Amino acid sequence: MPKKHILSILVDNEPGVLSRIAGLFSGRGYNIESLCVAETNEPQVSRLTMVTDGDTLILEQIKKQLNKLINVIKVSDLTDQDFVERELVLVKVTAKTENRAEILRIIDIFRGQVVDVGLEHYTLSITGDAEKITAILNLLKPFGIREIARTGCIAMFRETKHKS
Amino acid sequence: MNKLTGAQILLTMLKEEGVDTIFGYPGGVVLDIYDELARTDLRHILVRHEQGAVHAADGYARVTGKVGVCLVTSGPGATNTVTGIATAYMDSIPIVVITGQVPTRLIGNDAFQEVDIVGITRPCTKHNYLVKDVKDLAKTIKEAFHIARSGRPGPVLIDLPKDVSIAKTAFKLPDDVELRSYNPTYVPNRKQLQKVVELIQKAKQPILFTGGGVILSRAHKELAELAKKAHIPVTSTLMGLGGFPGTHPLWLGMPGMHGTYRANMSISECDLMIAVGVRFDDRVTGKTDEFATHAQIVQIDIDPTSIQKNVQVDVPIVGDCKISLEILNQMIDHADMGDMAAAHREWLEKIDNWKKTTKLAYDQKDVIKPQYVIEKLFELTKGEAIITTEVGQNQMWAAQYYHFTEPGRFVSSGGLGTMGFGLPAAVGAQVAAPDKLVVDIAGDGSIQMNIQEMATAVQYHLPVKIVILNNGFLGMVRQWQQLFYNRCYSSTKFVHAPDFVKLAEAYGAVGLRATKPEEVETVLKQGIACDNAVIMDFVVEPEECVYPMVPAGAPISKMLLV
Repeated sequence: MPKKHILSILVDNEPGVLSRIAGLFSGRGYNIESLCVAETNEPQVSRLTMVTDGDTLILEQIKKQLNKLINVIKVSDLTDQDFVERELVLVKVTAKTENRAEILRIIDIFRGQVVDVGLEHYTLSITGDAEKITAILNLLKPFGIREIARTGCIAMFRETKHKS
Repeated sequence: MNKLTGAQILLTMLKEEGVDTIFGYPGGVVLDIYDELARTDLRHILVRHEQGAVHAADGYARVTGKVGVCLVTSGPGATNTVTGIATAYMDSIPIVVITGQVPTRLIGNDAFQEVDIVGITRPCTKHNYLVKDVKDLAKTIKEAFHIARSGRPGPVLIDLPKDVSIAKTAFKLPDDVELRSYNPTYVPNRKQLQKVVELIQKAKQPILFTGGGVILSRAHKELAELAKKAHIPVTSTLMGLGGFPGTHPLWLGMPGMHGTYRANMSISECDLMIAVGVRFDDRVTGKTDEFATHAQIVQIDIDPTSIQKNVQVDVPIVGDCKISLEILNQMIDHADMGDMAAAHREWLEKIDNWKKTTKLAYDQKDVIKPQYVIEKLFELTKGEAIITTEVGQNQMWAAQYYHFTEPGRFVSSGGLGTMGFGLPAAVGAQVAAPDKLVVDIAGDGSIQMNIQEMATAVQYHLPVKIVILNNGFLGMVRQWQQLFYNRCYSSTKFVHAPDFVKLAEAYGAVGLRATKPEEVETVLKQGIACDNAVIMDFVVEPEECVYPMVPAGAPISKMLLV
């Protein structure tokens, strides 16, 4: 059964690395659902968080093929592990006079922010996991969503809370 | 500290890496490198087409086990190398390709002879580089050679802009390469190998199934030791030919689409398969669901991605073939294995019986059969020649009828199946082994794909011998049309062909022809004895097929025998 996997990949921060990874996926017919990449605390290293799907055998191949790339330092599969994930979304939503208060209430409940205001719209920013983002987008839909920009998921293992 | 130009650094580093020969073709942006090259003792072989340069470097690498090197210009020079690079990539051959590039300030400008060769070759190189700063050049070259030859070998490309080859910098030999993201596993897990010992103890019908990995790591001695001491028969893929002596009683022949009956039956009926340096290519496995269904499968490979890719295995082992077999042999020496000869006697008898009842065979009357030419060639050369092949029927007959005894003797494009590979590869092989007899077994189709390299062979006094099995067809495609497309020979008949004897003479080589079976031996003897490059044109049966044949996608036990 295909299953969603979140891969966290440390790579050399060099030109062409993203293209090697994207090329690996397109060349072998694997799917990228979302992709997020930026420098880490070590400037020579970038972290790439990727959501992909496939059955166990395909995922195994994907991870091995990624590891085979010379610029890939480490591949971790967060799925089935204890991890935190966040995604940021910017939503431009139609905000007529009669709805403005209601939209602000919703945003408040989800601890989002208004980042831009116009006569007939709000641009909102919300962070959360995929479920929370889907939930707020569903609530905002009736007001009229004009535009959405999502970062895709970023994630990290949770540290163990107790000393062993 | 003395300052060197990029071109000087490049050539110094090549020598530092043990390079003595470069295959190449000059052009605008590599002029500075060529100018410098003229003042070194590096040997440069000027090919007639850049594709030829890469295949020659590839042939050189396959014969010597060293890294082959080629040097070409930007744009078309670079794109012409792509087929050669993909060929080396599919067969895991260590080569370093240096391409010139337009000056850095022009990159991206659609400059004259500019092409993004790093982008183009990304999916068919093990790794590639664009060097933008002369200060990075020495380190990059060292890394490139390290990556090309270590782990699962492969081609590495370095794109070198003209301004970088002119720029000067203080030169210091770089330290050893340390890449935190690249550390191939050579030494296998002993616990996994212990499981193999236990499986061998239990097995009644074991086989060794070996491939290019055995050739690349030169694990032939360890393989022979294991096979002989454990009485396990061996079958090798096309890429693995020469890893085990093709004349030994435990030899099963090649498996797969055109494999021997006994090799395919052994795979289908074995209860233990020890796969060493093979990637379970579709041409070998046929229908994977029915491949080695009765067997526990052990797979040893240095590349983790090769393991479990096509076929589920029971004991995966990541490691170098040579080291793994060495340790396995030691473990067997120290284990209580019982009488393995007795344990496998029945199995070996069964195989022998398959061998007796279904031999590779052909029936020759007044027309030359291509198989006969190769059988004769094997007989006359006592299996000592380096054989390169083109792709198609010529390649399959060479694999079936020439028996290889050592690695680096059979040079053939297995994975990519590149027509036009054989002649330039023969040029590279002859450069690598000047005292050996090098024979390119070709068809009349593929030889025309890189025929221009005849001029290279003649210019450098490389006495390569080309055996053309001339059937007037693109034989393998025609065979498929005959068997699966109702004999509709769409575009496979060469209505016009050059006179290969005259063509050889035009290049300053020697041309010979045989049209009757009784002429074959004389022509071969004459050709082999000649100290010049020779084309031998054998006019063979036009509609001969390669058998056995497993139709694409069928299980390998379902062979068409005649």
